[in-house]
Amino acid sequence: MLLIVVVLTFLLLESASGDAVDAYLLSIGGGDATVAQSLRQAYGLDQSMLARLWLYFSSLATFDLGWSVAFGRPVLDLILERLPNTLLLMGSATAISFGFGSALGIIAGAKPESIRDRVLSTASLILYAIPSFWLGLVLSIVFAVQLRWLPTSGIETIASGKAGIARAADIARHLILPVGALALIYMALFLRVMRSGMAEAWTLDFVLFARSKGLSRSRIVLRHVARNALLPLVTMLGLQSAAMLGGSVVIESIFAIPGFGRLAQEAVSGRDAPLLMGIIVVSAVLVVCVNLVIDLVYAALDPRVGASEPNS
Amino acid sequence: MTIATLSRRTLLQAGGTLLASTALPTFAIAQGAGNRLIAAADSEPKNLNPAIVASNGVFFIASKVVEPLAEASFDGKDGLAPRLATSWEGSADGKSVTFKLREGVKWHDGKPFTSADVAYSALNIWKPLQNLGRLVFANLEAVDTPDATTAVFKFSKPTPLQLIRNALPVVSSVVPKHLYEGTDIATNPANVKLVGTGPFKLTEYKPGEYYRLTRNADYWGKGEPKLDEIIFRVLPDRAGAGAALEAEEIQLAAFSAVPLTDLARISKVPGIKVISKGYEALTYQLVIEINHRRKELADLKVRQAIAHAIDKKFVVDTIFLGYATASTGPVPKNAPEFYDASVPTYAFDTAKANALLDEAGYKKGANGTRFSLKLRPAPYFNETKQFGDYLRQALAAIGIDAQLINADSAAHQKAVYTDHDFDLAIGPPVFRGDPAISTTILVRSGIPAGVPFSNQGGYENKELDGIIAKAAETVDTSARTELYKQFQKIVATDLPLINVAEWGFITVARDTVQNVSNNPRWAVSNWSDTALKS
Repeated sequence: MLLIVVVLTFLLLESASGDAVDAYLLSIGGGDATVAQSLRQAYGLDQSMLARLWLYFSSLATFDLGWSVAFGRPVLDLILERLPNTLLLMGSATAISFGFGSALGIIAGAKPESIRDRVLSTASLILYAIPSFWLGLVLSIVFAVQLRWLPTSGIETIASGKAGIARAADIARHLILPVGALALIYMALFLRVMRSGMAEAWTLDFVLFARSKGLSRSRIVLRHVARNALLPLVTMLGLQSAAMLGGSVVIESIFAIPGFGRLAQEAVSGRDAPLLMGIIVVSAVLVVCVNLVIDLVYAALDPRVGASEPNS
Repeated sequence: MTIATLSRRTLLQAGGTLLASTALPTFAIAQGAGNRLIAAADSEPKNLNPAIVASNGVFFIASKVVEPLAEASFDGKDGLAPRLATSWEGSADGKSVTFKLREGVKWHDGKPFTSADVAYSALNIWKPLQNLGRLVFANLEAVDTPDATTAVFKFSKPTPLQLIRNALPVVSSVVPKHLYEGTDIATNPANVKLVGTGPFKLTEYKPGEYYRLTRNADYWGKGEPKLDEIIFRVLPDRAGAGAALEAEEIQLAAFSAVPLTDLARISKVPGIKVISKGYEALTYQLVIEINHRRKELADLKVRQAIAHAIDKKFVVDTIFLGYATASTGPVPKNAPEFYDASVPTYAFDTAKANALLDEAGYKKGANGTRFSLKLRPAPYFNETKQFGDYLRQALAAIGIDAQLINADSAAHQKAVYTDHDFDLAIGPPVFRGDPAISTTILVRSGIPAGVPFSNQGGYENKELDGIIAKAAETVDTSARTELYKQFQKIVATDLPLINVAEWGFITVARDTVQNVSNNPRWAVSNWSDTALKS
């Protein structure tokens, strides 16, 4: 599967007009034909497409992700440098949005069609419709420029010399706005999925049975309705994890966070094939891992999803 | 100290020291931060060596670390201020130029700077490797170093001193021979970890975050640099620099990092100034590139009609919000040494444009269209893209149907400069102080495909080629200048391309930043006298 992903990425990038040398020459304001020629030779871009693909695969087989043309550094270094920032950003955004989203979803879904439900559902619809770049800019203008409570951008204070807990606190402070912008939008999504899952669960027979058994309302909501509604939510979380790894190019750009998404964008505009393929390979591996975890969570939530059940 | 000796006085003393010890570090931080300039940077060049890559993106950061022989100046002789060279003199036959070099200059690693470094940089880097130096130093044969502070450039063919002078700020960044000799220059680690003679040392680079430049205590300039540190903070988003300026997280944004549309608002923020000075030697030109292989465009009348169809005043006022000047020809008004205003001009006149097209035999069809064209605006600036939209409308008014094709940088570069897959393109070439550096290449014939910002439209004019070739070896300054005046006349008459407007960039700075924009290449100069007032 990984093989297909790599070949497809390669072909996609190949179909885009212009190569890494074109992009580089532009960035330096021009150069003559001999420069272009020698650069293409140095990067092996003068070879045929198949030869380059073969070269890439043979180095990939030895876990060598190659050398970035646009950055002039090893791809692995670049990825390892950027990945933690994106994982931190997207991890906390997902955790917060999942937590608040499902909690609010439970509140809304506990009594479908109530005032509470309508207010929350409408609010989430509005939030979900807001583009992330707009929300990011507005949050930045209000809290960083006007009120000056928080920094406008960056992952930490520049050259502050902070270490340990002080540095962690500094990073957390810088992450409030970007995480907030992302979390608000994802939260709306999770809220809606949770709420509709619960609304559906209310109509099921086992809920009627639980009621007739005389269980308390809160027990029915939490243990029977919410738990069942969690299943689609976890599926959603799995899907979201893939989107998450691409990072949010927009949020990373607005808040100047050197992350994975921005790196991918730079790789595409610089026609940096080794870098882009490295990013795709690492993302694919991570998505596979996340989905494995999601499957295990599934099994824990739903006893019907067992490893080997002979009952069908 | 026992309890008995604990007097009121010692307590007070102890209290005093305690106070002082808590107060001291705060003071130190305040001073350090007070003398640190934070500027916005929007790109991170992979090769930071200005001797190899003479581009504004590289100079913006590297010019503070690596110095040229001379820098541009508003009031200096020949428009130059001496840096590593203190004087320059050309021989009568144009075959040699003698540079006297500054004494007592040290590299950041402590080694002395000598004429050997200049000779090495010129012969091994500027001439063979540098994007612009290849052209300027094409006929450089040898560099003699009779003593440690004299470098004599020897040329195989007469090379105008005027060209060398005008090119000095851009092409003459000197790098240390002792770090480059015997290595692979292209991959030398010093291309990223710069070592120069400049007022600042490059001490830290965090990719995606910032560059840190620290004061060079051994700098040759007396009392310079005035700053302790410069931080270039990477802010890729165009709204980011403005917000960071307002929030006082950065103090300076050059190269129009704050978009033109934000300037009216941000100029009203107290404590922030908007400066359009300081880019006079870095003039960008808004140019319509024409593919002369296309039958209709090979007709001069059609090109004249297109020139008449453009309302330059509208372009300057609406697209550039007034931060530009209408062009008359291939040399900008900012280059008074060469600029000639007495060239044919094309007033905005749709009726005349329509008449010219009728004359040329391209009558309007039933749908009001004469013919269709492929129009490719360069994506590098908002303004080039917006001008693409404008040009499409302007051409529609004279019955030419322009189909806009927008592509990203790499794709645009390949389509226009390699594949010639365009009829009209909009490009932003730069005028770099002398027409021979990057202007004549826009109209000269015989340039191989694949060279960006060059004549890829298939235009060929023997007379023009002759003038360009003659100017390249005319040593006498006034004769050479006269040739470039002829050059401007021919270009404005024959329209191998259409010059629409010329613009410099905008610097936005906090009021605390002193000595901003005090030379015509300020953003890419060394900032040794830049200071912060607290």
